[in-house]
Amino acid sequence: MTAIVTVIGKDHKGIIASVSNCMSENEINILDISQTIMQDYFTMIMLVDLTDTKLEIVEIRENLDTLGNDLKVRISLTHQDVFDAMHRI
Amino acid sequence: MIFSNNEIFETVQMIESEHLDVRTITMGISLRDCPTGDVSSTCNRIYDKIMRCAGKLVETGNAIAEEYGIPIIHKRIAVTPIALVAEATDAEHYLKFAETLEKAAVNTGVNFIGGFSALVEKGATPGDLRLIRSLPQALSSTERVCGSINLGTTKSGINMDIVAEMGRIIKETAEATADRDGIGCAKLVVFCNAPSDNPFMAGAFHGVGEPDCQINVGISGPGVVKSALEQVKGEPIDVVAETIKRTAFKITRAGQLVASEASRRLGFPFGIVDLSLAPTPVVGDSVAYILEEMGLESVGAPGTTAALALLNDAVKKGGIMASSHVGGLSGAFIPVSEDAGMIKAVECGALSLEKLEAMTCVCSVGLDMIAVPGDTPASTLSGIIADEAAIGMINQKTTAVRIIPVPGKKVGEKVVFGGLLGEAPVMPVNRFSCEGLISRGGRLPAPVHSFKN
Repeated sequence: MTAIVTVIGKDHKGIIASVSNCMSENEINILDISQTIMQDYFTMIMLVDLTDTKLEIVEIRENLDTLGNDLKVRISLTHQDVFDAMHRI
Repeated sequence: MIFSNNEIFETVQMIESEHLDVRTITMGISLRDCPTGDVSSTCNRIYDKIMRCAGKLVETGNAIAEEYGIPIIHKRIAVTPIALVAEATDAEHYLKFAETLEKAAVNTGVNFIGGFSALVEKGATPGDLRLIRSLPQALSSTERVCGSINLGTTKSGINMDIVAEMGRIIKETAEATADRDGIGCAKLVVFCNAPSDNPFMAGAFHGVGEPDCQINVGISGPGVVKSALEQVKGEPIDVVAETIKRTAFKITRAGQLVASEASRRLGFPFGIVDLSLAPTPVVGDSVAYILEEMGLESVGAPGTTAALALLNDAVKKGGIMASSHVGGLSGAFIPVSEDAGMIKAVECGALSLEKLEAMTCVCSVGLDMIAVPGDTPASTLSGIIADEAAIGMINQKTTAVRIIPVPGKKVGEKVVFGGLLGEAPVMPVNRFSCEGLISRGGRLPAPVHSFKN
């Protein structure tokens, strides 16, 4: 399955590195990435492939939550189908 | 990126801060193959069939929620109206059937099971009457069983004998659960034009004409609609309607996605998506706040019925295209105890029972979760039921009454049911009697416009 990861929070050094590292450790492949700073706020969107990961999706979310707390950013992971359903006819 | 940033953040925000969720996956199960003639073996067959069909319902619902990242709040079961099943046995009282449903609900892990029901719009069979008379005990001695009675349709008119009987039954049910502020009545709905595929409790049952087993889904999302309207402050009302339509479309697409996936994984056909906006007592998940966002100082103010009519219609227009099959109740719910904005409006005197009745003319579902004084006469409850049923019958729509005459409580006091059932201020009821009308009994004839053949 493919999913979309969003990361939002106050900008500081090392956010992309930490999140990408977490993906790599969990064997999640990053397919696309887009990042910008809006009014001091760091926003990043990643399209990721979860085919190879050995973790359950709940465990991935837990890992991302822990990482988000450490980095003081909010990280979400949502199935791509949800965006397809809502935004594509 | 295959989606724009706006699209992505809109969806994430809907889920994370605007309470977008799928309110319920409800599995409808036919019990028509269960009766054997004997109560005990029939109940065994009912239990076995529910466990066989719905054994993995909760687990599957949770797995879908986790995978897609959309919360699915309830997993529930609706069964064939028990009066139809129980009548084919030698039972004199149907408590044993309620206890069987309760056991199946506990062991499948669902929080409510609906279908302790009878369809008596034109007349009642001995089995229907036994079920109705079993309601107070069945609803007081179980936690998860919900009952409903359909006593009117546009085609058949209104069964006034049952209208009178249900006033008494509601009082008895309240008394039987007096230690818990009459909570039994929160699990009992009286309908006109009841839909047979409604996934929402307490009125869900698996009607005649439905398949053996199917998956129905109820969407939600009042918080999402309110947030969308915050972006169009001061714009003309047609912009409001357009905004609601677009938002309802997106919400419903998420519901349809979950419904299709649940159907595939459980191996039962998809029935319908119910397009109702269902509030919860959580602040920010309120239908009343949507109406206030349109420009009302408080829900209940003049203009409320018009605003609700617009909301209900726009939700349908947006939702219909988003789902392959819509059904159930499909309308904005306005339960008093389950909606923070409605509670506030009653407490500050902006919203009365009469205004609520007017609002039910333009939306599903009816007078829902309304607490009234415990000394309200049974005939007055019946009068309220008759009025709602008449609105449904004449307007060819579903209406319902879920009213709680709270034992020992008076106007201005508060009743707390807890959880999703919320809390409600006890509302005043018109003190003039309708005893003479209700005691007549008989059948109120179907309206002339029901004869379309």
